[in-house]
Formats: sequence, C-alpha cells, structure tokens
Amino acid sequence: MAMILLVEDSASMRQMVSFTLKEVGHDVTETEDGAIALEYAKNNDPVDLVITDVNMPNMDGLTLTRELRTLENYKFLPILVLTTETDDSKKQMGREAGATGWIEKPFDPDKLLAIINRVL
Amino acid sequence: MSNEIDLSQFYSIFVEESSELIEAMEAGLLQLELGDIDDEIVNTIFRAAHSIKGSGATLGFNEIADFTHGVEAMLEEMRSGERPVTKDGISLLLECVDCLRGMIKRCTTNESNDQALIAGLSGQLESLLNTVIPAGEDSLNLSTETTTAATTNTATTNTWTISFQPHRNLFFTGNDPFRLLRELETMGDLKVQVNTEHLPGFVDLDPQQCHLGWDMTLTGQIEEDQIRDVFAWVEDDCDLTLTLQRSKQEVDDPASSGVVDAATVSEGQTITDELKAPNNLKAAPEKQSSESEAGKPTPAAGEVAVTEQKKKRRATDTAALSDGFGEETSSIRVSTDKVDDLVNLVGELVITQSILTQATKNIDPVQMATLTHSLQQLERNTRDLQEQALNIRMLPISFAFQRLPRIVHDLNRSLGKQVKLKFTGESTELDKTVLEKIGDPLVHLVRNALDHGIEMPEQRRAAGKEENGTIEVKAFYQGGSILIEVSDDGSGLDTDKILQKAKEKSLVDEEAELTTEQIKNLVFEPGFSTADKVSNISGRGVGMDVVRRNITDLGGRVEVRSERGRGTIFTIKLPLTLAILDGQMVQVGDQVYVVPLLAIVESVKVKPGDIHRVAGEAEVYKYRNDCLPVVRLSEAFGVQEGRLSLVDGLLVIVDVDGQLIGLNIDDVLGQQQVVVKSLEKNFREVPGISGATILGDGSVALIVDVPALVQLSLTHVAA
Repeated sequence: MAMILLVEDSASMRQMVSFTLKEVGHDVTETEDGAIALEYAKNNDPVDLVITDVNMPNMDGLTLTRELRTLENYKFLPILVLTTETDDSKKQMGREAGATGWIEKPFDPDKLLAIINRVL
Repeated sequence: MSNEIDLSQFYSIFVEESSELIEAMEAGLLQLELGDIDDEIVNTIFRAAHSIKGSGATLGFNEIADFTHGVEAMLEEMRSGERPVTKDGISLLLECVDCLRGMIKRCTTNESNDQALIAGLSGQLESLLNTVIPAGEDSLNLSTETTTAATTNTATTNTWTISFQPHRNLFFTGNDPFRLLRELETMGDLKVQVNTEHLPGFVDLDPQQCHLGWDMTLTGQIEEDQIRDVFAWVEDDCDLTLTLQRSKQEVDDPASSGVVDAATVSEGQTITDELKAPNNLKAAPEKQSSESEAGKPTPAAGEVAVTEQKKKRRATDTAALSDGFGEETSSIRVSTDKVDDLVNLVGELVITQSILTQATKNIDPVQMATLTHSLQQLERNTRDLQEQALNIRMLPISFAFQRLPRIVHDLNRSLGKQVKLKFTGESTELDKTVLEKIGDPLVHLVRNALDHGIEMPEQRRAAGKEENGTIEVKAFYQGGSILIEVSDDGSGLDTDKILQKAKEKSLVDEEAELTTEQIKNLVFEPGFSTADKVSNISGRGVGMDVVRRNITDLGGRVEVRSERGRGTIFTIKLPLTLAILDGQMVQVGDQVYVVPLLAIVESVKVKPGDIHRVAGEAEVYKYRNDCLPVVRLSEAFGVQEGRLSLVDGLLVIVDVDGQLIGLNIDDVLGQQQVVVKSLEKNFREVPGISGATILGDGSVALIVDVPALVQLSLTHVAA
C-alpha cells in the first residue's frame, strides 16, 4: 500500500486520520507541523501522498506545499490539504500553492478513504 | 471495513487536546486584555479555536463545532484587522471560552449542555458580528439538507457527455487524469475516447506536460454536481464541458422535459457544492449517537508532558507572561507511572552504584586501573542519569500560574478594582507533583491579596499611591528549594486588628503579649478571618490555614512579611522535588535517621542548665528567648541500644510553620541527597516516619516526619 506523510498539529485529528489510513493498510508517517514535515521530506525517500493541515504553527500547510513543490521528488506528487474553509478563496490559495486537492473538515473515515482513492 | 472505525476512541484525546487549547485561548485573551495586542497572540487564539472546531466537527461534536464557529468568526475579524480588539469583545470571548470548557468536559458524558447559555452567547456573538452568519456555517449543518436533496432525485437516469481537456501543466498539481476517469467509472457506465489532437511530434514531446484530452459519455443516476465534484480539484487546470444528453425519469414527475440545456464551465466559475458523498453523511449522525452511548473513554490517568524546553536555558527572570508565547516546544506525552518507574529504577541504580563504590574502596587503583576508571565513569553517568530522570518530572511553574490571570480579571470586575498581575520567573521548573498541589494555595493567596490586601482605588489615591494596585508572583531557586513570592502593594497587615480579632475568636488569650511576628502568623490559624463582612471571594475563615497545611504537606513552609501601608509578601518555600530529599544523617543509638535539611534551623550542643522540666514530665530547652519542647528521638522511635544521655547528645532545632522544637539525637553524620522510598507502598504507614531510603552501604535509614513530631510534642506538652 501507499506511503503517506501526514502533517497535522491537532493530535486528535492526526490520530483519527492516521488510524483510518492504517486500517486499510497504508503506511503513515505523522508529523506535527510543516517545518518537521519538510525536514522529513528532504531527508527521506519520497512518499506516495502528502496530507497536510493548513493552520499550523511554525510552518503552515500552504507554505509546506510550496516548499515541497520545489523538491525534485515532490514535483508531481499528490498533496492534499485538510481545510475547514468552505469558501473558495482559501481553496484557490491551496491550488495556487500547488496542492492537488483538498479534504474538507468535517469528514468521516469513509469520506476520507473515498477522497484518498482519487489520488492513489 | 472502514465503517467499523469507532470514533469514540479519539474522544479522550480530543478532550485533552481541546482543554489545552482552551487554556491557551484564555491565556491569550487575558494578555490581550492587558493591552498587549500582538498579532501573534490573536493568531494563536484563532488557531486554537479553529482547531477545536475542526476536530470537534470531525468527531461529531456538532454543538461544539457550531458554537466555536461563531467564536472563530469573531477572532477571524480581529485577526484580519477588520475588528478592533475591545475590552467588551475580550470579555465576551472569555465567557465563550468558559462555556466551551463546559461543553468539552461534558462531551464524553451524556450530560446535556446548557442550551440557554450557548444560545445566549451565540446570539451575542452574532449581534456583535452584526451580520448574518457568514458563509461556512452551512457547511457544518449541510448533512441533512444534502441528503434530502439527493434522495429525491436519485431515480433519474441521465446520460452526460463530458469533454475534458486538461491544461498542459496539470501534472504539476499532482493530479492524474487517469484517476479522474477511474472515479467517473465508479459512478455509472462510462465510455471514453482519447483526443490526441494537441499531441505534438515525438521530438517536441515534453513528458512532464499533459497533451491528451478525453471525450466521454457517462450514463447513470448522476447529477451534474456529482460530476463537477470529481473535477473540483482541476477545474482551473482544464477546459471542461458538461452536456446532458438524455434524462429518463423513472419515478415521480414524468411530465418534466427530457432535455436540459448544456452547461459549460468557464474558467474561474466557482462551484459551491463540493465533495458531498450523501450516503456517508447520512450514515454519520446515527453512528455518532450510538457511539456516544457506548464509548465513554475515561481520560488517561495523570500524564506529564515531557517537554524539551527550548527556552529552558534562557533567562528565567524576564518579566511578564509574554515569554511563554510564540514558543513551540516539541514534546511527547508519557504516563506519569512510566516516569515514576523510571525515577524509581534510577534510584535503585544510584544505590547499587554507591554500594559498588564502597565495596571497592580498598582496591589498589594501580593494579585495577581499568576497574577504578570504570567505577568513576559509572558514578558520573549514574549521577547524570539521575538528574535527567528527575528532570523529566520537572515542569515550568507557569502551569500553576495559568489560572491566576483569570481570577484577577474576574475579581477586578466584581470588586471594582484595577489590579495588575505580574509574573516573574515562570520558567522556573519544579516537580509535577509539587506543581499540582501548589495551584490552589497560589489562587488563594492571590485572591486574598486582591480582596484584603489592595485597597479600593479611591483609598489608594488618598494614600498617594498609584490607583492600580499590583500583585506580583515571583518564582526563583534558592539552594535546593524553590521560592514563590506573592506580594502586593496594598495596605499591609493590620496587626492591631488581627490581634483584636484573634482575641474575639479566642485564638489567643485576652492578656496574651505577642510579638509582631507572632501576630502576623495568626493569619494562618484555623478559623481566623479579619474581613468585616464575609464575601464570597475570600474571608470565609477557611483558607490561609489550608494554604499552610497544603504547603507543609509538601515539605515546604510559608512565611509572611508585611509593612503597614506598603504591602504584604507571602513567601512559599518548597523542595524542588519529592522524589529526592536533601537529608541530614543523624545517629540515634545504633540507628541512622534522616532529617530533611529544609526543616533544620541549627544543631546545638546541650548544656545541662538549658534543659528544664515542665510539670515533672515534658522537657523543654531554653533557646534564645524561647522554651522549645524537646523530643527524644530514641524514645519516640523506641531505640534501646547504645544511646547517649541527653546532655551528651545534640539537639537539632527544627522549624515547622514557625513552631520550633528540639530533636534530641546522639550525633550528626553527613549530609546527603537521598532517594525517598515510600513506606506506605512497601510496608505500611508509620507515625513519625515519612519514608525510607537506602544508604550507600546498603543499609536502610528512616526519614523523620518532622511536622508529625512537632504535632506529637505539642500535644505532649499540652497534656
């Protein structure tokens, strides 16, 4: 199954997403903010998918997405942002940063897996 | 498979995390109130609210999510600068924080929330926002609407033609057309034809760009929104045309026309309905309700955040709350049991190490160079290890300070005072056990200072002082102890009034002559209160004695200094940790006991004339201008073998809450840090003994419970 890099500062969200993904056999690397995730991405083999929160301390999800896109290995990789924003300007910002798509909070495990299937 | 994921397993971590976020919100709001309006603080508060909303909604706590949404909307306006940060706004947000705290506490139990309070606060927020609830609100409630909308139409079978021409840069967003086609295929009957008209010759072919397009027909019970949803992520990176070919309605409304106009998406057109998988959403509410009944996870037992303090090495005494902000620490959560086990094991290791050292004292360091060297190495490592292990339990005292700003804020409002609260040395670290127990006493001291200590603004003005009083809470290290000072610049203790009150309450005799020092210490007596009127803030006559007892229980002490018209300072002295103790070894007969160094005032040689007998029984020792009860440890602990007479031995003068007594021992031995082992856990509770330790030679020494002995001696003298 796929290697997934999960970036989310909220522990409950992180656990929930990670648990759901692991249940169906994915390999999940959990990180707490963009800075840590970027560090991970630079020093490890590329993953198959990045799922990142937007609002985070240290480095937010949009900056992370932009930074990841500058890495050779992450140029074409699916990057999904988790967002509670329903308004389109925020999604537009995500797209401009280079995100593949978004997952709107709230979501339940089924919805999450359905969306993941779109990119894996 | 995924349907079986039980969301309730994430509840306890949600509660824990949200509680922390709420603390952060409160601290931030209180700081804003001080006029310190910093974007970063507003941002931190906003992020906290945002996080609670997101996780809450995901885990099905819709009430929390809805309520937080309003709070977040207000914060968003503050953050973007649209709304000024006002006192009223902050007060309202603080009330919301309180309400939210209650909701989160109740979300794992079946208790229902105070709907009136929630509605009231939401109403206030809304009217402050002065607009209809902004977009975004619908998203939280959308589940039911969408579901109904979808179900009424599912019976219609449509045939769509889809023309999908990705822009060349599509791959750079990580999207893959193949996956989109695959998803469409799951929705109905899909026929695909590839369109190669933009494909360049091989020489010009750039494999990183997308040159292909697709024309498709899709038949099934599919609405336009569902198709648009599949393309939602790429709508700006492609040309997409959707045309409805045929619509065959199988259920109601057969009269409706079969053909609908073609709809074309132009670039930039917004699609408002996204990712609504109706079936999932419909299932969610039922699932949640059954779960909230079934799973009531108990929050994890006491946990200590093992914090890698990035700020630890920084100056500890920079003033103001601000230095706790904007700093992120990387930490993991570990159960305190694990840490305790570790500390305990390290304690054993220290003992083994010192036994080894003693046992090999007489070997020849030249012959056994490697052994000697390794033993020294071992000693160093064990010491470092012990220090580090104890460090894990250490947390900055700011945790205990967290509640104070709120109390000052509330009291200021209800009393009409404008007292400022100042912190110094919040990063001073102390043991978690001590930290947990110091919170209540601190709250009480601050409350007292605000209520009794600091005068009303007019009085202060009349006395030529600044109208705003200041309460300062200061923490710092002194030797192996931590000192916490709570000082105010109020009126100081009124010794005449205290004495008079104490006499009224028969705490002292009518004729008693007391020193100023003794009078001040009367405030710690049970049942003492000088407040003329009993307020609900303080002055119920319980409190200061409880403060003192809590602190004594921790092996610490509290003192008061005060100057009329200038203010009062309460000083709390605490051991840094309860796991180790700075001990004085004393010899009593053939036994060795440990007396906590913190309690010892001095050790004196007894002269025969200094000992007097009262009522033929109790012995007292003339110490300076005082007569101290004497407790013979040999008698108290029943040591028979080899003890010396009183005059051949020594008196260790110990101090508990200002009450001095003399402990008669035979000799003082060395001073040493000892690892405290609980007797209750390993044996049973023994009066007069607070614990035991193992000495370097492997023998056990008991640790003297000084407060208990003082209590014993006083009842003895009185009897």
